[in-house]
Amino acid sequence: MGNLATVSTIMLYTAFALYSIATVIFGVTIKDKDKRSKKSLSGIIAISVTIIGFIAQLSYFITRWIAAGHPPLSNLFEFMTFLGMSIVLAFIILYFIYRVNVLGLFALPIALIIIAYAMMFPTEISPLVASLRSPWLFFHVSTVSLAQGVLGISFVTGLIYLIKKVDQTNKSKKTRWLEVIIYILFIFIGFIVSTMSFKLANYEATFEFPVDGRTSTITYQLPAIAGPENGQLITEGAMDSWFDTPKWFQGQDAPRKLNTLIWSLITGTILYVLARLILRKRIGAAIQPALKNVNLDLLDEITYRSIAIGFPLFTLGGLIFAAIWAQIAWDRFWGWDPKEVWALITWFFYAAFLHLRLSRGWHGEQSAWLAVIGFAIIMFNLIVVNLVLAGLHSYA
Amino acid sequence: MGKLKCECGHFNPTGTILCEACGKPIEGNQHLDGNDKKKLLNMRYDGSARRSITHNQSIIDKIWRFFSSVKVGVWLIVIALVASALGTIFPQEMYIPPNAPSRDPAIYYEAQYGILGKIYYQLGLHNVYSSWWYMLILALLGVSLVICSIDRFVPLYRALKMQKPKRHESFISRQRFYSKTDHISDEEIQQVVKRLQAKKYKIKSEDGHYFAEKGRFSRWGPYVNHIGLIIILLAALLRQTSFMYLDEYVWVREGELTVIPGTKNEFFIENKQFIIETYDENDERFKEALERTGGEVVKNYQTDVVIYRAKDSVVDSDTTLEKVVEGEIRMNHPLKFASYTLYQSGFQSNEFTSMSFKLYEINDADEQAIDVFTVDLMDPLPEYELDNGFRVELDQYFPDYILDDEGPRSETMYPRNPAFVFKVFPPDQEKPEISFLSIGQNIDATGENNYKLGLVDFNTHYVSGLTVRRDYTLPLFGLGAAIFMIGVIQGMYWQHRRVWLHRKGESLLLAAHTNKNWFGLKKDITEAIEDTKINMVIDQEELN
Amino acid sequence: MNLDDIRKKKKTRIKKRFIFRTSILAILVAAIIFALVTNLTKDKTIYRVGDHAPDFRLEQINKYHQLETIQLSDTHGKGVMLNFWATYCEPCEKEMPYMEKLYADYQEKGIEILAVNLGEAKLTVDRFIDKHQLTFPVLHDRKGQVTDLYKIGPMPTTYFIDPEGKIVEKVEGALTLDRLEGYFMEILPKDYEVSSK
Repeated sequence: MGNLATVSTIMLYTAFALYSIATVIFGVTIKDKDKRSKKSLSGIIAISVTIIGFIAQLSYFITRWIAAGHPPLSNLFEFMTFLGMSIVLAFIILYFIYRVNVLGLFALPIALIIIAYAMMFPTEISPLVASLRSPWLFFHVSTVSLAQGVLGISFVTGLIYLIKKVDQTNKSKKTRWLEVIIYILFIFIGFIVSTMSFKLANYEATFEFPVDGRTSTITYQLPAIAGPENGQLITEGAMDSWFDTPKWFQGQDAPRKLNTLIWSLITGTILYVLARLILRKRIGAAIQPALKNVNLDLLDEITYRSIAIGFPLFTLGGLIFAAIWAQIAWDRFWGWDPKEVWALITWFFYAAFLHLRLSRGWHGEQSAWLAVIGFAIIMFNLIVVNLVLAGLHSYA
Repeated sequence: MGKLKCECGHFNPTGTILCEACGKPIEGNQHLDGNDKKKLLNMRYDGSARRSITHNQSIIDKIWRFFSSVKVGVWLIVIALVASALGTIFPQEMYIPPNAPSRDPAIYYEAQYGILGKIYYQLGLHNVYSSWWYMLILALLGVSLVICSIDRFVPLYRALKMQKPKRHESFISRQRFYSKTDHISDEEIQQVVKRLQAKKYKIKSEDGHYFAEKGRFSRWGPYVNHIGLIIILLAALLRQTSFMYLDEYVWVREGELTVIPGTKNEFFIENKQFIIETYDENDERFKEALERTGGEVVKNYQTDVVIYRAKDSVVDSDTTLEKVVEGEIRMNHPLKFASYTLYQSGFQSNEFTSMSFKLYEINDADEQAIDVFTVDLMDPLPEYELDNGFRVELDQYFPDYILDDEGPRSETMYPRNPAFVFKVFPPDQEKPEISFLSIGQNIDATGENNYKLGLVDFNTHYVSGLTVRRDYTLPLFGLGAAIFMIGVIQGMYWQHRRVWLHRKGESLLLAAHTNKNWFGLKKDITEAIEDTKINMVIDQEELN
Repeated sequence: MNLDDIRKKKKTRIKKRFIFRTSILAILVAAIIFALVTNLTKDKTIYRVGDHAPDFRLEQINKYHQLETIQLSDTHGKGVMLNFWATYCEPCEKEMPYMEKLYADYQEKGIEILAVNLGEAKLTVDRFIDKHQLTFPVLHDRKGQVTDLYKIGPMPTTYFIDPEGKIVEKVEGALTLDRLEGYFMEILPKDYEVSSK
């Protein structure tokens, strides 16, 4: 069993490496003069590498399932890696419909960021708590994730659309918001970079702090900036915290989560500023020339298509399957748990998107902005709701 | 203003934008869809007359018109979205943790979240999803759903039914996909038509003009899914009634037999035993994770129960019970009987079943027991006869003992913290000796006792918390959800594609329209006109 | 078509449309009102003032009273005070002496007190009866049947039932001697003969 788990981990790293390589090759295709990317050799190699990567990740999933005895969809690490895989799958499918190489150049890095993000959480195989022991775990979570993967593609095409479309000659509201989106992506990278560095350095700092009259301990893997309330550092040589976490941050792990957020923000900001200094212009403006050959109409089409595919899937997995399972496990199909509410909000949002597009003619740029916001809502539900607005779904 | 007669001879309803039959833009109505000054036609609802666009409006018409606007519908969606989001800032009242210092929302929110919490509570956001205004938003969304659908379905249906193969030239040339080719032979047109037919297009012709259409049923998708949503809202409405929906909770002790609330005294439940299973700490697979979290992980919560039905119609404490079903209730595996379902939803492990005491001489250093007796804490006896002529009377029993200003008393009827006042009658003594016993206390009231009672053993039991549900609305919700899924798949995964081959003397005007996936339509046309001289359609929208 | 015909047709069309729209809107408004009203007045009680008090039979455990079981319908012709209580409930304990005091007088005038205990250990109930010298029937709802039947929430809860078996009053919380007597007057049978049971 232990062997299988090791094989599984190796497969995941293999997939990660292959996606990275594929991204680089897709980067080469962008310079292709030949507009019909169908025939470009580098395009064929890139998609082949992507597919092999996908197969590797699928093997990770299956071997881990066998090793654990339950589908590996039960915590944040497992779920986020599956989401990364869903994005890759959605990309592969849409690639074969539309043959747009630039999609790979953006979709794969997004998938990579998500998988890397996942790997920062505890990755060992954990037992399944009683409430999750149901076949619906697989049906519900995999369908939702698949839907989110497809909707993720609409985010990617929307983003490419905006980078190409938004006028970068002048500073405007649009350029600013576009930079905000790119900056948020940098924060994710910041999270990965800071967590990874201190992990490699084996950094640890343990604090003691009082809870309801008892003494509890908390261990940081990053130097503590925000410490626990009235905490006492007990690890020698570690950095003491700069300030106490306000008590309205809920939950036992709240100080550590806040600390991680602060580190991500700091590292992300440094990286962003460095990038700006090197490029000497807005990131959006720097990428824009590379998208010369991209057909905006086609991007708009893919954005809409992926939402058209993703919305019914999301309804099925995120609302209907979720309701069926909730009815079986928690005796009610709907309970206004934060996660459920945010799934409903996501659904409302895409419903509004479809109505605006079909009945009010919101095409092109408006659609692209909405697609980006929609995916932001999905990520909010995955990350903030899980980690901050803890409810019934906080299994991470 | 009566019906509008088009030059093709067709009578259109008031407010029509494009003639139902030939598609010619109707003069004077183009402002309705913003077609003025635009090259391309707005093909939304195929230019049919929305029912709300009428003159001579009464109040009813005005209300109707208001709700028939998609703009209003989208605004309602946005408002519902924002209101839903507001409710997740802090936990809702029902999710206030059970171990909170005060579960009273008036205190909890301010104590926990300060001034923001207080505002949150005062705005009523702690209970937003059952507030009247949230329900009103959803209800208005329902109204919008019904009226928008009625308002658009009939005209669209008419327009798609009335359309003729022969279209007005201005309709053709103002489509997004359009091309004109001179000198095209009938054979070539026939070939294209045949290829389209092979692609499952339905072909109609009139005076040498051809019209190919595919996937029209996908246009009904939105209306089908809206019907699904209306059914879901209807189900939610019915769920408000106690007949359709029952929600009760029952705590059953191990070994206890009690009535199942909400079943009108018809059904009873007996808790045979309650089980908690945890994962084996030495399980190779999970060793690492269990070590990190350092806690036990529960694998299973289960109550083994027997369900009985009362034979008498009168509510009677001596009613005869007949067994209906014996089974287990586990998380994710509820138990169903009659129209009811029982769910495992909680447990308590803070109750004692029985306690055993020994009586011994106070001076005995070995505390040798004279005798041992056991008190059933759910139903204690008033007296216990012991060996050697000793007798113990249970004078006072407090199952859930506390001491307040007025002396000792019980907080509940459940043996969570039992306390006793015993009277010990030794064989050789007239006056009894009085002892007070509770957990951690053993008090000799007079200080003159010769005998002492001591706790030697105890048993505990679990209390299982079960939810009782009867929900006749579930099939209706299921039906609504199924119809919604059918509708949304019908509308999203299929496309309505139309191709017009319009003869104009020697030349051919080729135009095409689809409600989505223009890329696919382009592919269809490319393949259909392959090896002919017909020019490929040009995308006239030119977003770039 | 002549112009008059067209006008007439149009008029009937508008009228039809008006009726159609009005009825759809009326249905929708009715549904909304139903939803709001049922949501805001969520009330679990099934039996309210004016309803017939549902019948039951329970074990009687007051050793100072001769009957072993009591059925509510047996008290037909008498006014009934149906009291739900527990020994650990302080307000319940407060009103017990008043009940005992009035029971002595009103029993002969045709009033019965049925004190339903929520299924505590018999010993506890016994000691309580001894402590307060209660003589009226105490019923033991061991399986929670009657408590569920009447959907009892807080304690004490008291129903006053007239000689016809109709619920006249429902009171949550402890009663004073005066109020208790006032309710007794409301359910007092008109011409009750001591001999008639």
